[in-house]
Amino acid sequence: MKNLKKVLGIGIIAIAGFLVVVAADHIDAPAVQGGNSDVTDFYAFQGENTNNMVFVANVQGLLSPAATSNASFSENVLIEFNIDNDGDFVEDLVIQAIPRNGKMYFFGPVAPSQTGLNSTIAVTSAVGGVVDITTGSNAVVATNAGMSFFAGPRDDPFFFDFAQYSQIIGGMATSFNNPGSDTFAGSNVLSVVVEVPKSLIGGSGTINTWVESKTK
Amino acid sequence: MKNINIVALAIAVSLMAFNCNNDGDNKIPTGPDFSGTYTQADQMGRPAVNTVFVSSGSKDMFNTTIPSAQNAAFQSMFETNLTALSPAYANPGDQNALGLDAAAFTGVLATDVLNVSLDGTTTFFDGTNVLTGRNLSDDVITVELLLIFGGEDFTENPTLSDDHVDANDKPFLTSFPYLASPWM
Repeated sequence: MKNLKKVLGIGIIAIAGFLVVVAADHIDAPAVQGGNSDVTDFYAFQGENTNNMVFVANVQGLLSPAATSNASFSENVLIEFNIDNDGDFVEDLVIQAIPRNGKMYFFGPVAPSQTGLNSTIAVTSAVGGVVDITTGSNAVVATNAGMSFFAGPRDDPFFFDFAQYSQIIGGMATSFNNPGSDTFAGSNVLSVVVEVPKSLIGGSGTINTWVESKTK
Repeated sequence: MKNINIVALAIAVSLMAFNCNNDGDNKIPTGPDFSGTYTQADQMGRPAVNTVFVSSGSKDMFNTTIPSAQNAAFQSMFETNLTALSPAYANPGDQNALGLDAAAFTGVLATDVLNVSLDGTTTFFDGTNVLTGRNLSDDVITVELLLIFGGEDFTENPTLSDDHVDANDKPFLTSFPYLASPWM
């Protein structure tokens, strides 16, 4: 990796065309950016109770404090956490989250009726739960059968000096600043958080997981 | 309550609401309507993959390609774009700190899933564990910049391989729902 500097100028010109925005997944593609199905981020981590796994999906990023009170989940957008237990990158289990009339309904973990691009809601799932969608600063949470549920606005947990990165990509700067400046500071997202016993998603080993938004 | 059907619960809730507001007609109360087919719009496993490695005309297609088909459809594009971003990858034998050359690195990234361990530490990278999950506090952008620009030992191109934003603007919670309260 020694020849970066001499070709950096050329490289930056070449890549400026396609690197319009780099963020976690905020406004990543024309069909979803700025809309209510735009996934901004995905997290999966061990819970405070280490027998549990936590999944976080954030949508509708870059909400100002003023815009946050008017932001809402769309009833036509399904948030689906996908879990592959056997390494073939095909979902064996899903956790579905879909809002109805101020509540977020969760179905699963459950084997989906079909894998791939199209989903139906797993209304017969024996596991899941319901939580009132939070509208203010205080998180309203619900629990059911060892699972915990949240849906509502939160501070965007993503951090990155995207502004300076853009300067570098645009050829107007050659390095990051130290300290940098978090472009996402002070902005909110709409979050869906579900905590689930590991025993319901395979128990041990490594899973592959990803999130999808799906629209009706 | 272990086996309670969520729809049954919803119907029970709406029944109670119906009873409180009985206007005398004979409508049969129903739960929320969850019918219909939902079609994929956005997809994400690891942070920043679509934004960094997918060319502008293909970003919607990447979002609507199932993970098991992504490698065949996109690995070559990823390798081209990685090499444009960090030309040293074009040098024969050049690798990142994971010991992956351009083809191998993009072979991992093109299938956009997050690998998660159910057996202990979950982190994108903490100096020891690699790709065992993603914590809220993980500095994923710096990890990715290091893997793109930092060379075999994370020492190359130091001005490009760390954005020097190392933490969130609000502290995270130790308990559910873990994310910090919104700015209001």
